[in-house]
Amino acid sequence: MTGKSKWIQLAVLAIIMLVLPFFFPSGYYYRVGALIFVNALSVVGLVILIGYAGQISLGHAGFAGIGAYSCALAPVHLGLHPALAVLLGAGISGVLALLIGRPILRLKGYYLAVATLGFGILVSMILSNERGLTGGPDGISVPGLGLRPLLRDMGLRLSGGEFWYIVNAVVLLVSIWIALNLYQSATGRAMRALHGSETAAKTVGIDVARFKLQAFVLSAVYASVAGSLLALQNGFITPDVAGFMHSVEMVTMAVLGGVGSVLGATFGAAILTLLPQILTVFADYEQLVLGFVMILVMIFLPLGLLPSIAARVRWRGV
Amino acid sequence: MKFTMTAIATLLALGLTSAAQADIKLGASLSASGGAAFLGDPEAKTLEMLVEEVNAAGGINGEKIELILYDDGGDPNKARTFATRLVEDDEVVAIIGGSTTGTTMSILPVAEDEGIPFISLAGAIQIIDPVRPYVFKTPHTDRMACEKIFTDMQKNGITTIGMISGTDGFGASMEAQCKDVAGTYEITIAAQETYAPQDADMTPQLTKIKSTEGVQAILNPGFGQGPAIVTRNYAQLGIDLPLYQSHGVASDGFIELAGADAAEGVRLPGTALLIADIIEDGDPQKEVVAAYKAAYEEKYGEAVSTFGGYAHDAFRLMTDAIARAGSDDPSAIRDALEATDGLVGTTGIYSFSADDHLGLDLSAFRMLEIRDGKWTSID
Repeated sequence: MTGKSKWIQLAVLAIIMLVLPFFFPSGYYYRVGALIFVNALSVVGLVILIGYAGQISLGHAGFAGIGAYSCALAPVHLGLHPALAVLLGAGISGVLALLIGRPILRLKGYYLAVATLGFGILVSMILSNERGLTGGPDGISVPGLGLRPLLRDMGLRLSGGEFWYIVNAVVLLVSIWIALNLYQSATGRAMRALHGSETAAKTVGIDVARFKLQAFVLSAVYASVAGSLLALQNGFITPDVAGFMHSVEMVTMAVLGGVGSVLGATFGAAILTLLPQILTVFADYEQLVLGFVMILVMIFLPLGLLPSIAARVRWRGV
Repeated sequence: MKFTMTAIATLLALGLTSAAQADIKLGASLSASGGAAFLGDPEAKTLEMLVEEVNAAGGINGEKIELILYDDGGDPNKARTFATRLVEDDEVVAIIGGSTTGTTMSILPVAEDEGIPFISLAGAIQIIDPVRPYVFKTPHTDRMACEKIFTDMQKNGITTIGMISGTDGFGASMEAQCKDVAGTYEITIAAQETYAPQDADMTPQLTKIKSTEGVQAILNPGFGQGPAIVTRNYAQLGIDLPLYQSHGVASDGFIELAGADAAEGVRLPGTALLIADIIEDGDPQKEVVAAYKAAYEEKYGEAVSTFGGYAHDAFRLMTDAIARAGSDDPSAIRDALEATDGLVGTTGIYSFSADDHLGLDLSAFRMLEIRDGKWTSID
């Protein structure tokens, strides 16, 4: 990927984000769009971890949970502004990822999957059981960001959906820009090298442990910020956000769209966020359709939807 | 470009799902699948049945109802999206739903912001306390269940009890509420134990409670299979103290799960729906519970549950308010809803006011006892 293609990718995405609202028949579509962007944000983090560095995690919802509950708790207990709470959550997630990443990233394959899985479950158990602090399984309210009333006073009237569509779109674009930059940087190349072969990477002098840890910490911060944004726009959060199913959902989005490509992962997030909305007509078969789509993609488009389609188009010389 | 085309096509497909036009649009987001399906499934079935019934009888003020029902699978995030969709895209005039406290609290801000009347089917007191203009609910609170149980204990001269509760949302919330009101009824909680929802044996906890000095009764706030296991262990240990269960297990399924022998003498606060067959003639709720039970059991071939009853009551309250409002303007419906006075439901008799959006009192609960595998009223 060249520097030019990075800007083309970003521009295409930004144009889509700008143009889509003209086709929105109602305010509800802003909400769906905002959700797609939040999901894409955590999935882009996973692309760095899984796609670049070749490490798996089934516990990233745990970091989303930390980000979400930081926004719920810090403003109330520490008197912090919600925007600062997002940073606090990202900080906690990053430090935690640094601490647990060191020992568990020594593990490989299934063992790493199980260790990260354990971490995710631990976070969701703490959130469920510490009723006094977190409100337990029933959840807890999240204070508003306070930016929307401020904009209204300045004469800019936005609905909740519109506001979060814009905020999430901007955050997603920035995060994709960072991820694309990383891909081309020395660090990104080192991550991709150790993905290819750890032994070969070590032989050429790459500090494998360090780069794995960097990918893990960065993806944790992405998940945490996504969790925070979700909490802020919903105004209410339950331990489900840190649940195992949410972790699986993230990995599924990444794999479906194409775990090696940032845009592909965004596409995967869009599809898996949209599908349940389209499939409400036959809600009973939703899981069935999702599973079937997943199997088809794995068999026929093993690179993920977008990269596979792109490769095919290129191969035919179109 | 391919991406854009796909995205536009998808959005068009999204729009198509909400094309049909009807006179009165009623929205619902329920947890018909997932972990809370035992709540959402009977609720969804009840709403579908009642809409059919009302439309067959000519609708409300001559206008038919269209029910737009989404399954949020118990996920608060999905519930929020569906609530937005109901309000912004489907343009419903009222919302019923939120099977769980989590989903309810996610729907609540949408209803409040957009001024759409919303009746929740979840238990927690925080839904209606503080009172919000557009938010109502039908089930009793945990606190009321505790009060009902403590009233019965007081009547039987019980002052010291042992409590064993589940650590799930329901059990933990009710445990906290019971501890909070125990003092008012001069009841001391001398022993307190907990169990996790998936535990298979509660003998150690019960033995500990049994050997605590002065305990006169055992109270078990819990949900699902836990209370059935507590009841079985309690019988196996031959504990000779009254056992009180919560309204969370007020269904025939509980007696089956615990076994009629073990459940003999167990007391709990339940709704009139549970004793529909033996309810006295002249009871104001008799007609309503009998009609709902008969219709539901005939249509679906399964027993009615308290939870379906919550949906039944919410639907009756909403349609009654729409009829009285004489229009489908959300704020007119809200005003009519708040003015509800003495509407008979399966859970109780509802009278809302500006500072009470639950509208039930303790009389809505009936103290029941299991005798020979059947529910009997001991009020």
